[in-house]
Amino acid sequence: MSQQHTPLWEVFVRARRGLAHTHVGSLHAPDAELALRNARDLYTRRQEGVSIWVVPASAITASSPDEKDSFFDPAADKVYRHPTFYEVPEGVAHL
Amino acid sequence: MYGNDFPGEDPPGGLLGEVEAAEAALRAAAERGRGAIEPSEDLAAYFAEVVAADQKIEPRDWMPEAYRRTLIRQIAQHAHSEIIGMQPEGNWISRAPSLKRKAILLAKVQDEAGHGLYLYAAAETLGVSRDELVDLLLNGRQKYSSIFNYPTLSWADVGAIGWLVDGAAIVNQVPLCRCSYGPYARAMIRVCKEESFHQRQGYEILHTLAHGTPAQKAMAQESVDRWWYPSLAMFGPPDGDSTHSAQSMAWKIKRFSNDELRQRFVDMCVGQAEVLGLHIPDPELRWNEERQAYDFTQPDYDELMRVIKGNGPCNRQRMEHRRRAHSEGAWVREAAAAYAAKRAEKEKVAA
Repeated sequence: MSQQHTPLWEVFVRARRGLAHTHVGSLHAPDAELALRNARDLYTRRQEGVSIWVVPASAITASSPDEKDSFFDPAADKVYRHPTFYEVPEGVAHL
Repeated sequence: MYGNDFPGEDPPGGLLGEVEAAEAALRAAAERGRGAIEPSEDLAAYFAEVVAADQKIEPRDWMPEAYRRTLIRQIAQHAHSEIIGMQPEGNWISRAPSLKRKAILLAKVQDEAGHGLYLYAAAETLGVSRDELVDLLLNGRQKYSSIFNYPTLSWADVGAIGWLVDGAAIVNQVPLCRCSYGPYARAMIRVCKEESFHQRQGYEILHTLAHGTPAQKAMAQESVDRWWYPSLAMFGPPDGDSTHSAQSMAWKIKRFSNDELRQRFVDMCVGQAEVLGLHIPDPELRWNEERQAYDFTQPDYDELMRVIKGNGPCNRQRMEHRRRAHSEGAWVREAAAAYAAKRAEKEKVAA
């Protein structure tokens, strides 16, 4: 059946102007144009968005959960990147 | 009384409030600290710890094979139910009593299709394809909720389905917003928010009929009489006979037992029926001061088993219709695929 290989698309919706597009789910469609129309019917029936992105799921590269530790390790020991790391002397304003 | 986080406390705003509370709990749990086990040390212990902390398991996390299989079965059956559930109400679209009612019913049936698609998408994150699941439905190897094997004989049935069937579904589904599997929980939050419109539109239909002419009121009552017990049966067999419950509770896929949810539904409906001025067809229904809950007559579980096994009033009709719709839609899918292939080819030549 031709439908066996209908590609999977990931859908991102911008809820309002000023907000970033957020992943809302996925759907199947033969091409980008239909993916966009299907996304409108499936994910914005109640005015949930003002803009939609559809991305072929096969085009997404994800970090692997197996190497979660080593991959994010470089950030783990750098607490000094957070402002809360620093002690502010008594009485200093606007800092 | 909802969820393990808020013992004895009813979040405001009824069902929608509960969905919002589940959404907030999802966020809060994600920010809470957890034990120190890392996935690289012990996969099973890490899984157990995430579930114990009420955090979510995500698609690429390690999970026990039985957990994956249980979720695929449950989410797929749920998706199939939404798709088959379009039929009983679809039966009344062309005969709705006004343009307003017709537009509302169309929107509702379209929502059911949407719910089916959210759920198939959630199931696909577990490594099964939607086409496989559709095939399992079409060749009868996976089931859908037995409630959709009952016919819609009158317009009042559209109201009774909204009030009782969607009402029972919501009581079943609101706890699923707290399910341990992330994509399922998120799909259910979306579904429950939309279901709330379904339940209210059904209630409004019955309320209008029950306050209309004596004939309209009788039609509403006759419909409630027919849908009451099948709706109670939607919560599944009594706890003693329920095969999958204990493990699903331990995995936090399921949060409450069948009997607990059924009781909750009955307690909700009594007051709503009074406002409708309709009668719940149960002579044994009465308040039990000691239990602080209503005593009621259990549905006929032998009938439930018969319907599940394929011998309800409409099983064959529902499956035939679905198979026909699927095969009659084949040319559309083929044409869209051919068009996409042709366009891709042209772009390749141009590039």
